[in-house]
Amino acid sequence: MKHITRKATRHISQNEGLIFEKSSPGKAAWKLPPLDVPEVDTAKLLGKQERKDLGDMPEVSEIEIIRHFTRLSTWNYAIDLGMYPLGSCTMKYNPRVNEFVARVEGLANGHPYQAEKISQGALRIIKTLSDCLLEITGMDAITLQPAAGAHGELTGLLLVRAYHQSKGNARKKILIPDSAHGTNPATAATVGYAVENLKSNDRGMVDVAALAAQMNEDVAALMVTNPNTLGVFEQEIHKIAGLMHDKGGLLYMDGANMNALVAKTRPGDFGVDVMHLNLHKTFSTPHGGGGPGSGPVAVKKILEPFLPTPVVITKSDGTLGFEYSRPQSVGRVRAFYGNFGMFIRALAYIFANGPDGLRQTTEDAVLNANYIRKGLEGIYDLPYSTPSMHEVVFSDKLQSKKGVKTMDLAKRLIDYGFHPYTTAFPLIVAGALMIEPTESEPKEELDLFIEAMKSIAEEVEEDPQFVLDAPHNTRISRLDETAAARKPVLRWKPETA
Amino acid sequence: MPYPTDRKYTKEHEWITADGTIGITTHAQDSLGDIVFVELPKVGTEITVGKPFGTVESVKAVSDLFAPVSGTVTTVNEALATAPEQVNKDAHAAWMVKIKVKDPAEMNSLLSASDYDKFVSEEAGH
Amino acid sequence: MTMRYLPKSPADRAAMLQAIGIRSVDDLFSPIPAEYRLTRDLAVPRQMAESEIVDWFKQRAKENGEGYTSFLGAGAYFHYRPVVIDALVQRGEFLTSYTPYQAEFAQGTLQAIFEFQTMISELTGMELANASMYDGSTGAAEAVMMAVRITGRQSAVIARNLHPEYREVLNTYATHQAIPLKTVPFTDAGQIDLKELEKAVSDDTACVLIQSPNFFGTIEDVEAIAEIAHKRGALLIVSIAEAVSLGIVEPPRTADIVAMEAQSFGVPLGFGGPYCGVLATKEKFVRQMPGRLAGQTVDKNGKRGFVLTLATREQHIRREKATSNICTNQALVALMVNIFMTVYGKIGLRELAKQNLAKAAYAADQFSKHAKVRFTGAPRFNEFVVQTSEDPYAINSRLLGHKIVGGLPLKKFYPELGHAALWCCTELTTRSMIDTAVGLVAESERSVLSKDAEPEEVTR
Repeated sequence: MKHITRKATRHISQNEGLIFEKSSPGKAAWKLPPLDVPEVDTAKLLGKQERKDLGDMPEVSEIEIIRHFTRLSTWNYAIDLGMYPLGSCTMKYNPRVNEFVARVEGLANGHPYQAEKISQGALRIIKTLSDCLLEITGMDAITLQPAAGAHGELTGLLLVRAYHQSKGNARKKILIPDSAHGTNPATAATVGYAVENLKSNDRGMVDVAALAAQMNEDVAALMVTNPNTLGVFEQEIHKIAGLMHDKGGLLYMDGANMNALVAKTRPGDFGVDVMHLNLHKTFSTPHGGGGPGSGPVAVKKILEPFLPTPVVITKSDGTLGFEYSRPQSVGRVRAFYGNFGMFIRALAYIFANGPDGLRQTTEDAVLNANYIRKGLEGIYDLPYSTPSMHEVVFSDKLQSKKGVKTMDLAKRLIDYGFHPYTTAFPLIVAGALMIEPTESEPKEELDLFIEAMKSIAEEVEEDPQFVLDAPHNTRISRLDETAAARKPVLRWKPETA
Repeated sequence: MPYPTDRKYTKEHEWITADGTIGITTHAQDSLGDIVFVELPKVGTEITVGKPFGTVESVKAVSDLFAPVSGTVTTVNEALATAPEQVNKDAHAAWMVKIKVKDPAEMNSLLSASDYDKFVSEEAGH
Repeated sequence: MTMRYLPKSPADRAAMLQAIGIRSVDDLFSPIPAEYRLTRDLAVPRQMAESEIVDWFKQRAKENGEGYTSFLGAGAYFHYRPVVIDALVQRGEFLTSYTPYQAEFAQGTLQAIFEFQTMISELTGMELANASMYDGSTGAAEAVMMAVRITGRQSAVIARNLHPEYREVLNTYATHQAIPLKTVPFTDAGQIDLKELEKAVSDDTACVLIQSPNFFGTIEDVEAIAEIAHKRGALLIVSIAEAVSLGIVEPPRTADIVAMEAQSFGVPLGFGGPYCGVLATKEKFVRQMPGRLAGQTVDKNGKRGFVLTLATREQHIRREKATSNICTNQALVALMVNIFMTVYGKIGLRELAKQNLAKAAYAADQFSKHAKVRFTGAPRFNEFVVQTSEDPYAINSRLLGHKIVGGLPLKKFYPELGHAALWCCTELTTRSMIDTAVGLVAESERSVLSKDAEPEEVTR
């Protein structure tokens, strides 16, 4: 290693094969209580539907399972180990009280179809979270049904379509900035809208003149992220909203970057008609290796009649209930009511913060991002001079002169004990390094990160090949993704063991 | 780099021979990197000049294949389904589809080998 | 005001402001136009101590049927969750890790996904499976769209005894993709009507979508349905809502796509979510399948490792041409499912399923002495439909008084079934609970049928 890193040290970690490689007939990790009802003759009951054999399912003992997954877990990076500088992911601390309260028996074992009389606890959680999120966003009504951000986008666009249909013309297009997250155009297409690209201006923001030119009565909505994926606040957002509304269009906001806005400003106040939130970003519910998330959709009054069913209402006797009879609703976007377990966690987070905590959180998030920006300015190219909010985007322009790209820098960062930042996104910046520290990072971690990035920049000058060959300290290095895509091997098979 | 003179080229980096055999250029496969999958139309499909008729995938990106001229697909190179790396090995030999050309005059608007060579160097110079 | 989750002291903040060269953090918010900057506190509840947060939720739990015995199924099942599941998934390296895009730093997650994919494909009789979808309902909808892409045909045929909420979700998705849906009725045996199915499938049918065991708990004749679908060039999609059934019921090997809900495998009921949808299919369809996939490969030193693969199907590359807009999936929940499948394994899953079968068979038998058990003409797994003289809502109201949650009244979904309810028994349902519930229902049937019955208050 060229430079000594202070954050991480190479360490012995256990090897572990696939669980099937440990399997052996006769081992077991389960035991059922004795049957207290008569045994059944499965052949008689099921006939040809009886399954005789579970094939290559494993047979292992409990200690092997504990060791297996524990060893696997030690190969992962996690927020509990250190910072994830991933842009727009908001990898903040996942509070443990969230996990505790989600497991309280009456909530963890509540069946979604149990009578309303014994569901008042769950309904109150849904209502309280809904009220808090409406206050935070400045919107009028909300659905918690969508399972994730992209699902929320789908729901939001269904609402947009239903609204326009009720006015007699569903319209044909959605405008999407070229800096947008990939789920935005993918969602628009799923809902049957044509996607029209909207260019960013030289300050990285929505080109208002271009918007004025492209906005017409064929456009149903503009999907904007604010702050955008460069971490820049759309300062002309009111003008943008006005341009949309003047021609009867709607403004959709992707709420992925709410971590820069909570308690400082509200989308409902600056003209947004419909937006989704990511509870697994802004509201601290855990990423868990890729999910689950939760993507509530908040709307202005004009869209309220179209919300998915059911909706939580307060009945005349003061109890809470579900209302299903909503003639203009877009219908359901999933069975049951949403990722309820994530509602509990998000609400616990809001309770733990209170109004002051929420504001301080946002301030620290923006402070942290700007501290990193200051620390790395001049060492990495800053494509836009516009002020950053909670995330900052650099580019690999200076380093690519030596043939080193953003992905290579990211791989070398791993040797320093950090998870990479977001590479090569947003698409409007060639060779982007998108960095969002979140408020959960102490100054010490930020300083280690800045130090690591500076060190890597020096390495690029001194010995670029060393950076290109990174990572050097991991168990596995530079996996062959080409082979994995050309000849996909997507499951274990006994012959290949 | 000398490009074979027995064919014409497009600005989207496809080549086509006079008898309607289509592929992509070495420059294209070089920019794409390792090719993992080639999606081609079925025999009998009509392709329209300038419109996408298939895709080429690398690990991290997908590129459209644009029809150099209009025509009907007569044969498809099935070998590419299991060995897409052939395109990386020799792009000018790894043909993708053969078509029955609708209007031979459309070939005249395509680039010659030397014009394509110049086009590629100019693009690289940006 | 202290905020326990914020690791900065006033001195830290001051030093950072100085390094940036600004006087106050407010300067960093100047990009927000003044007229939108909040000058008041958010009207959310005041900050709570951890003990207060715990108390608040414990109180909610008390108001949520804590300690009640439930006979509800209908797409969400109460099974025992081995404690190793939570012991492992609460490890920070699993709980707080990100999507494994950077493979070198996420081999734990990726190998776990690979094992999950293996076991799901083994159990469902398919060749491969993805890393999860949101849930069974959206999984079924995505499977239909996948079939449309594969066949190039524009319509779908669905079974009426597919979970009603799954059908609602499908309706929502299908309307916007302009995919007309034809619904096929069920017979007196509770299974899909094969004659009607034959009439409904045409050359424009992309797929037939059924559920087995279906919403009534009855097992469908999957082979016969597959034949009808395949004869006309349509694909067969089988939705499975009760994963435990795969321990004792033959998987739908003749299906083209299986859209599963794996909640029964170690995922808490949690009032409806998060759950764990999965898609499984044949190798030839993999490029049209949405959702993440972990693939095996080697690194530069020849060591085995795992990566997310075939990413070009997904939104972050294909954008508007993606197979789906899905990004976040149900990874942590899939890990719970993974551990559950590993704990029970080849023998345990079968024994578990047999116990479920036995419990439900006993309960159905007991109920049949006092009320009418429907759909007896076909094999069932762990759910069955009971028809009573009294309105099931009234029965359930009385059962609640004994802290028992009765079967799901079906009138709002299938009005023609009258006073019918869907009852579910799992390995956790004890004989004494069954006897008590049956006794109470028997009592209510007797009193309704006797002349001096009083009209009961009906509550929902």
